[in-house]
Amino acid sequence: MNPSTRSLLVALGCGLLFAVGLGVAGMTNPHKVLNFLDVFGDWDPSLALVMLAAILVYAPAYQLSKRRAAPKLGARFHWPTSKDVDSKLIAGAVMFGVGWGLAGYCPGPAVVAATVGSGPVLVFAAAMVAGMFVHRQIGRGRGRGRDGQASSGS
Amino acid sequence: MPTDFTPIAALVGGALIGLAAAVMLVLNGRITGISGIIGGLLERDDRAWRGMFVIGMLLGGVALQALVPATIPGAATDSLPLLAVAGLLVGFGTRMGGGCTSGHGVCGISRLSTRSIVATGTFMVTAMVTVGLARHVLGGLS
Repeated sequence: MNPSTRSLLVALGCGLLFAVGLGVAGMTNPHKVLNFLDVFGDWDPSLALVMLAAILVYAPAYQLSKRRAAPKLGARFHWPTSKDVDSKLIAGAVMFGVGWGLAGYCPGPAVVAATVGSGPVLVFAAAMVAGMFVHRQIGRGRGRGRDGQASSGS
Repeated sequence: MPTDFTPIAALVGGALIGLAAAVMLVLNGRITGISGIIGGLLERDDRAWRGMFVIGMLLGGVALQALVPATIPGAATDSLPLLAVAGLLVGFGTRMGGGCTSGHGVCGISRLSTRSIVATGTFMVTAMVTVGLARHVLGGLS
């Protein structure tokens, strides 16, 4: 089996493991998520431990990887390139926070919970994908605008 | 609906999440950010591995339902307009902010990325204020 096929099977297996982790952790239960966020009420601190455990496992893998030239099954590491703390980062995080606080789903759990197939979860998941699509369309529009300006200026 | 503090399940589940993301990094060289993975599928960018990861997540959801259905109880509210607004905000906001709980909250914080620490602090506090307002000021929501 060639490395690219193996890397696709790794992605499949990791997606499955990630989803099971979300379920075991309680992230796919929006009541639990909302009670974690409800620091002014009947607070359930469980999800703080979810993040802590995930970071404790992931951080050594990062330390190992940053010293390597390439991953086992790929040509290079795809590290995030953005460095700036800008208004888009803050505004996006605020919007995400409001939506997360209203429904108790962040993107991963929304995908996993959508398999239940009940109307309310599907409405959330479909709206989430629609929101991502709107963001993409706006970005494309801006890209075309810039191209247009560049060509008209030359 | 009150929920119990479940430290062992939280730690085990969190470790599995971290392990899945760690394997994606060490073997495939990829950051496991779910909003980036779904967004990348919409952008038609590197769709093969992203598609496989999402299929894996859906299989995981099916497995959870078959083995421990209590882990996926469904939505916390029946209000479809509220869920639609929340979903739009989560989808648009995570793409605009460049990540969500997994990409910024787990992978980014592990790398001590300033962007991810700021983003995670911002969405955590905003979500806590939102729940506080919805439950204790406006009342009745979720």
